[in-house]
Amino acid sequence: MLKEFTKGIFKRNPVFILLLGLCPTLAVSISVENAIGMGVASTFVLVFSNVIVSLIRSLVPKKIRIPCFIVVIATFVTLVELFLEAYLPGLNKSLGLFVPLIVVNCIILGRAEAFASRNPVLLSLSDGLGMGVGFTGALVLLGAIREVLGANALFGFELVPGFRPAMIMILPPGAFLTIGLLLGLFALIRARREARGAE
Amino acid sequence: MKGKKERLFKVTPAPQLHGGESIPRVMWTVMLALLPAFLASLYFFGWKAFQIEAVSVITAIFTEAVIQKLRGRPVTITDGSAAVTGLLLAFTLPMDVPIWLPAVGAAFGIGVGKHAFGGLGHNIFNPALIGRTFVMHSWLPFMTTWSPPRLAMYAQVDAVTYATPLGAAREAVISLVPSPDGIFSTMDMFWGSIGGCIGETSALALLLGGVFLLIRGYVRWQTPAAFIGTVVLLTWVLPVKEGAIALAPYHHLLGGGLFLGAFFMATDMVTTPVTGAGMLVFGLGCGLITSIVRLYGGFPEGVCYSILVMNAFTPLIDKFTRPRIFGT
Repeated sequence: MLKEFTKGIFKRNPVFILLLGLCPTLAVSISVENAIGMGVASTFVLVFSNVIVSLIRSLVPKKIRIPCFIVVIATFVTLVELFLEAYLPGLNKSLGLFVPLIVVNCIILGRAEAFASRNPVLLSLSDGLGMGVGFTGALVLLGAIREVLGANALFGFELVPGFRPAMIMILPPGAFLTIGLLLGLFALIRARREARGAE
Repeated sequence: MKGKKERLFKVTPAPQLHGGESIPRVMWTVMLALLPAFLASLYFFGWKAFQIEAVSVITAIFTEAVIQKLRGRPVTITDGSAAVTGLLLAFTLPMDVPIWLPAVGAAFGIGVGKHAFGGLGHNIFNPALIGRTFVMHSWLPFMTTWSPPRLAMYAQVDAVTYATPLGAAREAVISLVPSPDGIFSTMDMFWGSIGGCIGETSALALLLGGVFLLIRGYVRWQTPAAFIGTVVLLTWVLPVKEGAIALAPYHHLLGGGLFLGAFFMATDMVTTPVTGAGMLVFGLGCGLITSIVRLYGGFPEGVCYSILVMNAFTPLIDKFTRPRIFGT
């Protein structure tokens, strides 16, 4: 069970290894605050949809399983959306359209289809939690890099007075640059490690 | 006739003669061709222009060396390609940028624009323009503040808002628009005594270098002819955006970065098509995009983006203009 949890963080990280959910990742990671908000919201949906999908996996006819999963996911997204609107309107506004778009986040449907619909409840819960933490971690990493370089700030606080941030980093090209360089870096680390293992 | 001869050369069977060309020779010839524009930048923008150029070139060479070391490749900084990138980048910066800005641009251009794609010969986009685009969108205020050239009217006055000819026309600042009464006369634009990036203002100097490259055969006439011709034609026939002032085609010809782009950037051997027909298409596309940006876009100048956009089309253009294999 622990293995199902940790695989989502490192070995099968949804963003850096599986390259899933890149659209919200790129769009929302302009600051750490947004990244955490998006990550936690997605983790919530991921965990509960995984649990429910796993519970109903023997009841759902195979041919209409995708619509069924989507209905389950959409239910939890609606919960998250209403919660954010009521208690965190500021965050809700800065995440904007990407909150309802969690419904079509491929990580969530992907885990429902590839894992939760074939595994028992506890394993699915652990898988969803791991994937969620991995997704959140990736978002926070991207958000931190972009906020520091692009806005000279972290959690909205100014870091180095007088430093002129490179605005492009919080614009869309900055997202592509950051994720591209990070993916390259992780690929390099992996290649080095494999080379060492082969010796 | 020239085209036919070349096609014959391409299918010549095995025993072949080395033409004596090499990357260093091409690059240092390009450097030589940039010399007039370099001198013009010193003449019109003074010591600060030299600082920008020096910082940019040194950072470009240094970045290239460091990355080639890290990648375990032979260090080829003496081939001049990094130096050319650095100098071209410096040419596209305004005089008042802080001195660290060309360094950041050069490091980004070489690091991400060139080596992230695999180094010289593998880069899709012109590294100098990638560097410029990065600093442009990171520090927009620095990149859109212009100082008057040293010899211009009002240059002795301390604080004077200045503009490039294209920018002035866009903002409809009547007094700055090229006219017999304004600051810019057509002769100023030809010699280079106008606002603009340090290496782009002197049409004469760029033309000298461009013609030199044409004679040496490193630049073929198709790209600059198609690029410049399209811009002149379109800016002549198309109406301007509401509120902007219509410039004469020769103002569009001389007032921005057209010569620098058309002779030195749209002709980069790595990132532009290899056949004559392809070069025509490339130049045409560049001219079209430049004209549309200048007349209707958000920025007054579009040479940089037009070349970058067309860089992306280069593989496609090459595919469709591939010469017929001899005998088929």
